[in-house]
This record gives sequence, C-alpha cells and structure tokens, in this order.
Amino acid sequence: MEMPKIDPFTLAKKETLVERLSRVLPQDAIIHDLEETRAYECDALTAYRCPPLAAVLPRSTEQVSAVLRICHELEIPVVPRGAGTSLAGGALPTADSVILGVARLTDVLEVDYDDRIIRLQTGRTNLSVTGHVEADGFFYAPDPSSQLACAIAGNIAMNSGGAHCLKYGVTTNNLLGVTLVQMDGTVVEIGGAHMDAGGLDLLGVVCGSEGQLGLVTEATLRILPKPEGARPVLIGFDSLEVAGACVADIIKAGVLPVAIEFMDRIIIRIVEDYAKAGYPDCEALLIVEVEGSEDEIEEQLSLIEKIAQRHDPVELRRSQGEDESAKIWLGRKSAFGATGRISDYMCLDGTIPVSELPRVLAGITTLSEKYGLSVGNVFHAGDGNMHPLIMYDANKPGDLEICEEMGAEILKLCVEVGGCLTGEHGVGVEKRDLMGHQFTPADMEAQMRVKDVFDPKWLLNPAKVFPLDVTADRRA
Amino acid sequence: MLRPETEEHLAEIVRGANGPLSVRGGATRHRPGPGEALTTAGLTGITLYEPGALTLVARAGTPMAEVEAALAAEGQRLPFEPMDHRPLLGTTGEPTIGGAVALNVSGPRRVQAGACRDSLIGVRFVDGEGTLVKNGGRVMKNVTGYDLVKLMAGARGTLGILSEVSFKVLPAAATEATLRLSGLDVAEAVKAMAAGLSSPFEVTAAAHDPATGETSLRIEGLAGSVAYRAGELTRVLAPFGTAEMLEPETSTALWTDIRDARAMAGDGDVWRLSVRPSHAPDLVARAGAEAALLDWGGGLIWLRLPEGTDLRARLGGFGGHATRVRGAADVPPEAPVLAALTRGLRERFDPRGLFSPALGENA
Ligand SMILES: Cc1cc2nc3c(=O)[nH]c(=O)nc-3n(C[C@H](O)[C@H](O)[C@H](O)COP(=O)(O)OP(=O)(O)OC[C@H]3O[C@@H](n4cnc5c(N)ncnc54)[C@H](O)[C@@H]3O)c2cc1C
Repeated sequence: MEMPKIDPFTLAKKETLVERLSRVLPQDAIIHDLEETRAYECDALTAYRCPPLAAVLPRSTEQVSAVLRICHELEIPVVPRGAGTSLAGGALPTADSVILGVARLTDVLEVDYDDRIIRLQTGRTNLSVTGHVEADGFFYAPDPSSQLACAIAGNIAMNSGGAHCLKYGVTTNNLLGVTLVQMDGTVVEIGGAHMDAGGLDLLGVVCGSEGQLGLVTEATLRILPKPEGARPVLIGFDSLEVAGACVADIIKAGVLPVAIEFMDRIIIRIVEDYAKAGYPDCEALLIVEVEGSEDEIEEQLSLIEKIAQRHDPVELRRSQGEDESAKIWLGRKSAFGATGRISDYMCLDGTIPVSELPRVLAGITTLSEKYGLSVGNVFHAGDGNMHPLIMYDANKPGDLEICEEMGAEILKLCVEVGGCLTGEHGVGVEKRDLMGHQFTPADMEAQMRVKDVFDPKWLLNPAKVFPLDVTADRRA
Repeated sequence: MLRPETEEHLAEIVRGANGPLSVRGGATRHRPGPGEALTTAGLTGITLYEPGALTLVARAGTPMAEVEAALAAEGQRLPFEPMDHRPLLGTTGEPTIGGAVALNVSGPRRVQAGACRDSLIGVRFVDGEGTLVKNGGRVMKNVTGYDLVKLMAGARGTLGILSEVSFKVLPAAATEATLRLSGLDVAEAVKAMAAGLSSPFEVTAAAHDPATGETSLRIEGLAGSVAYRAGELTRVLAPFGTAEMLEPETSTALWTDIRDARAMAGDGDVWRLSVRPSHAPDLVARAGAEAALLDWGGGLIWLRLPEGTDLRARLGGFGGHATRVRGAADVPPEAPVLAALTRGLRERFDPRGLFSPALGENA
C-alpha cells in the first residue's frame, strides 16, 4: 500500500520538535526514542507498520492544544490515536508524523442521571463508560466487539457501531457534544447537554471524520436506563437465503429486536470450537435478541418464533437463562478472536441493503472459489452490515495481496448492490483507494472542503480516507 | 417561480443563477427570503421503499403526507414524528420531506427514537456551484467518508438544495398509552419526566403544559407490553401524584397537539429553545412568557411572548440555543470559533452566496 513520500525536512525537525514539546509537556509524556516509538507503529490492521517521528501523551485539553500549536507551526503531520484498535489503519503513523495519543485523558467529568448524560475525557474505554454508570441502572449503548479495549476517542472518530445498534443507533446517535482542538490549537466546544444543534450540525460531521478535523478531548454522551432484561433466541437454517428471508420477515412484522446477528457454517464451527456456545451445526444461524420484562420478552419472542417457524428452521432455541445468554453472546463476540486463533484474516465491513443478502453471499462464495481463500461470514443482519472474514496465510508470499484483491472485489460488490464500503470500521488507509468506487470526484470534493475549513494545511491524519492522488494538491 | 422537475434541471438552474435563490419546499415552514423563488415541489416521488429493510428514499419535494401514507400502509412510520408547522405559523400548502430535513424537524419521540438527522441515512443535493453531490446512501450503517448527511440536516438550505433524502424507518407501534399527572409546577414536572425517562419502561415522549398543569408521558409498543409498562410507570410516578391513563385515541390526539405546539396559538412571537432538561424550570421562569410548553422532558421549550420581546436579554447565557420561529427571523448567535467554521463551510459550499444570505431565511 502506498503512503505519502517522507519529507526529509520534516525528519530534520525532530530535535526542534522534541525540544519545543518538552517546554509544554512533562518528559514522560514525550516518546521519541526509536525503539519506544515502535509501540505506536500500527493499530489492529497489523499488516502495515511504521514507527512515528514521536508520540505524545498529554493529560489535558490545554496540553493537546499546546502540542498541536507546535506541530502546526512546524508543519508536522499529527495522527490522533485512541486505543489503537482500528481495523482500517486509521491510527497508522507515517515516519514524519507525531502520534498524539489520548490514553491518559481518562477522567469522568460529570454524570447526571436526570439529564441522562455523562461527560468524560475521550481516552476512557468504551466498556468503562457503562462500567461507571451501571450500578445506578444505566448504560452507554454503542457496544463494538472491541469495547474492552477501544476508546471513546476512536469510537467518535470512526462513528463505531455494535451488535445492538439496530435499536440504539451507532455512536453519532448517542453523542451530544465534544471538545475539539483544531490543528492550530484552537479549542472549540460543539454541542453540549442539549439535544440538537443551533446552527450547522458540526457535531454530526466531526463524528466519523477519522481524526482528520480535530482532536476530540472531551465528550458528552447520552446514557440510557438499562432494560429490565434481555434474551436471545437461536434460529438455525439449512440455507443462507432462507435465513435472510426470515430476517426481513421479522423486521416487517413490527417487532424490532435489539439485535439480529448472522453467522454462516464456517464461523459457527470456528466459534463453537472456541467458545462452546452450544450453536447448532447448520448453514446459517441467527441470534435474535429482545429486551424487556419477562412477560414482554415472552410476547416478542413468541411472535418472532412464529415467524421463524414459517421458514422451517432446523433449530429454534430460546436461551433459558442468563448463563446461556452470556454464552450465546460470548460466541458471537469472540468470532474475530476465534478466527484469529486458526488463521490470519482480513475483516471487511461493507453494508448492503438487507434484501441483497442472498445475492451478495452467493457472490462472496464465487469469489472465495476464484481466489482460493476461505471466507467466513458473521455480521449484523438487521442492518445489513456484513463482516466477511477472509482467511489467508501471512507467511505465504503473495497471500496478503491475493486477500486484499479479493476483499476489494467483495466491497465493490457491496457498492454495486446499493451498499457501501464500510459500515462501522472506517476507511482509514485500508479502503482509501476504493473510495472512487462509491463516490464521484464531486462527492469527494464536497467532503474534502470540510477538511479545508477545519484543517486548512491538511496536517491532521492527512494520508487517510481519500485516495492519495485525490488529496495530493491539498497535502502539498 | 422556478420549478425544476429533475436533479439535472435543478443543477442547471443553480449553475446559471446570477443572484440569490429563495428556495422552498412546501413553504409551510418558510420565511420568504430575498432572491428568485425556487420550489422543490416538482421533485417528487418515493423512489425506493423496502419495508423489510426499513428504508425509504424520496425526492425532496415529496409531500410529507405521501411519505407517511406509504409507510402507514406497511405498518411503519418515520421515527422522528415530524411536526406540522402550519397550525403554528398559519401557513398553507403541503409540507415536504425535504423541508423537514432542512430544518431537522423532530417531534416528541426525539427523546427515544432520535431526531430527524438520526433517521436520515442519505442525501443528494446541489451545491452552490450547481454540482450534484451525494452522501450516505440507502443503508443504515455507513461510515464511508465524512457524514455530510448530518451536516445537511438542519442546515436550512445554506449549503445546498436537497434533491433526494433517504431514511431508516421503524415499525409503527401496535398501540400506545399516555400517563397524565396533574397539578405539578414546572420544576416538579421536569423531575417527574426525568424519573419516567430514566426508568427502563421506555417512555417515548414526555411533555408538560404549565397552563393546564398537566404532565404527560407516553409509552408505545405491543399491547401486553404497553399495559405492563403503564402499571410500572404509574408506580415510578407515584411520588408526583396519581397518574391517569389516557386511551390510545386520546393519547394520539394529545401528542399531535404537542408535536405541533398548539399551545402557542394566539398572537405574538414564538420561540423554540433547545436546552439541558434540568435547566428548563429556571429558563421558563426567566423568560416570563405568556405561554410555555415543555417537550422532550424539558429539553425543548416553546415560548410565546409579545411581539418584539428581547428574549435573549431575559434569558442571559445558557447552555443551549433559542430560535424565533414565529415573528422576525432570529437565529442563535454562535461563539466566534464556531461562527468561523460555519462561515468557512458556507463559503465553500456556496461561494457565490446564492442560498439564504441571512441564515435561517430558507427552509
Ligand atoms: C477485535 C475487534 C473487534 C472490533 N469490533 C468492532 C465493532 O463491533 N464495531 C465497530 O464499529 N468497530 C469495531 N472494531 C474497530 C475498532 O475497535 C473501532 O474502530 C474503535 O472505535 C477504534 O477505537 P480506538 O480507540 O482503538 O481508536 P484508534 O484505533 O486509536 O483510532 C481510530 C481512529 O480514530 C482517530 N482518533 C483517535 N483518537 C482520536 C481523537 N482523540 N480525536 C480525533 N480522532 C481520534 C485515529 O486517528 C484513527 O483514525 C473492532 C476492532 C477489533 C480489533
């Protein structure tokens, strides 16, 4: 994969940079020794690595602002970093860039249950937000599978989703305000504890901008009262098409489950080996979860089961209690990890219209045969967000390239049927060069104008999202 | 009046324009701005509706009524319960789906199902250079590139003219009920609403009318579930009095009135405030309005005041914003850094200043 040419002038500024940084940050917040910077050489897209010029770990918005002002003056690119779990290479540095990590910004600043908000510094992990309010009966809804590790900073930058977003939405639907530091050090407050924007919805465009518009140091998030209970049902089918049709019927019937997850045979077997979740061995498995009191769960599940029966499931099994529910979800949530134990894999996340599921799954099978790489499918079926896991051998020369080529074909297919390249992981460097398949030059130009306004010099995470040739003039 | 019937024609008009355009949908929420009138009313039709995928795509000038009827036929609805501005503004004509998006019009269900911008998943628009731009699409999870969908929602037509909009829709509720408390003052009412909204019983609307002293909380869903939650919620609200339960039809009528801010009937200016809910009692007191209505658990305040009242002076600084909806145009001032970003965006999307030279004039 191509990255911008390293500017020797920028490399030569390292000494000046470190000297100036040390005037605004404590020594332990500046990492510039080559060996130590390696800790920041990649995110979860581990196929690509490059140690940065330096990494800094400020402890306050003021320090972030001071660092950015220095980098802005020295014209050194900055790559924001949360927990480094991006699957798209969003936090991948270049050799002439500074990694600005928010890992030390972890304070909770305010919790208000009457207004149902929490305000915090963005270095906190996703799961710890729920952890902070859980005892009082609340939770933070977006739940990416990486929630134990990923930071709210990265969630906001990627507009991350999770298994339960069919009902609760993704990050952008649960974000009320941010403190954003622009590349020149300007601190901007966007939104707050109120529910809509007074002028342009800048919060909406900052969320999902992959660290290219500003450094988000603080955020106000919406928290929700925890439901009384939740229960999944497992529905197995001997055909992918029938499982897809069942999903559409459930949605049409007027019950809105909180989650509808889909796994194919390959993934079922991998997960079952690992998590022993008690999944049936079949072509396609749905986990459908509903929430409420016992009676409400009963009311919704009987409706869903009635619909499922019409499609002749090979298995229809309601979770009998919390332990079983936890196991069922453990299986789903460990799908990536379990796959990783048996093979290197690349995880795609194109979204498609739910009605196109059979066609796209068939297309993936054809591509899998053509390229000779095995693919497992596990995804959020309610919203069409696919996660094909292409398995390859990183030690076999050429295999990664074949895998990437095949991945690109799958994503193009997603776009062709009316979907998109990425539903929740972001573009980063990984899907950057495919943007032209989804967008016209005018579509991309409109997006880049936003960056022109927030970061006129294009110093913030400049090598991401848009194809390099498209951004060349702006980055120059 | 310019009335393009295709996106290409719309783009051509904008490219050829040599002065401001006064863009309107159905003109039901519209303050006529300066410039040549252009209506999107010729850009109509639902271009895609897939109930099984919860997605609907319509051209911007499609009447709201047509969209709502198509959804109702499949037992679905727009989650954000868009307000009809006609009763409040005394306008006539057909509200369009694009107009609702341009103003990010969201009704009582905002507290539970999100705002218009949260349901919006795709837009097509013509920018100030007459270039057609698309963003988002027809799938409900999409993080490909920047989210200009959100940026266009509520932009009041200042960044471009919408030609097509896509939504995530939801199943309509099988039934609903409203619990009503009487005799609370604003502060007690806001506390009662917070108690309801913080319970696990999924309140989908919470409003208070100081004139009648009535505080209403709505629940929706399957019949058994609504009955169960009504019982539980009555217990949650017990410290604030005995809640009376309104049957589905009365409930529906009540929320239509609240959605359309019927309590603001009469003469004078009407202001719309978006605030932190717990700040509502203090702000209502400071405003000294002739009539007030609290929705969104207190997060949305409607106020009626004598024409020309300087409400901003009365309110002083507060975390949120106020817009005069009826009366002389008055949109929230922005902090200087935010204003600079807004200006920058408008200059780039509309370099010739064709769209609403004064923000807020077109929607
Ligand atoms: C096993 C596994 C499972 C996953 N499951 C899911 C899932 O279910 N759903 C999902 O959506 N994602 C998932 N992800 C992807 C990833 O966890 C998310 O994208 C996450 O939000 C990244 O957060 P992070 O803190 O690790 O960010 P990082 O990886 O550090 O950075 C991500 C992006 O955010 C930018 N950024 C970081 N901090 C800031 C800041 N303060 N201000 C501005 N920009 C910033 C970076 O520059 C980068 O572009 C998964 C990843 C893994 C490894």
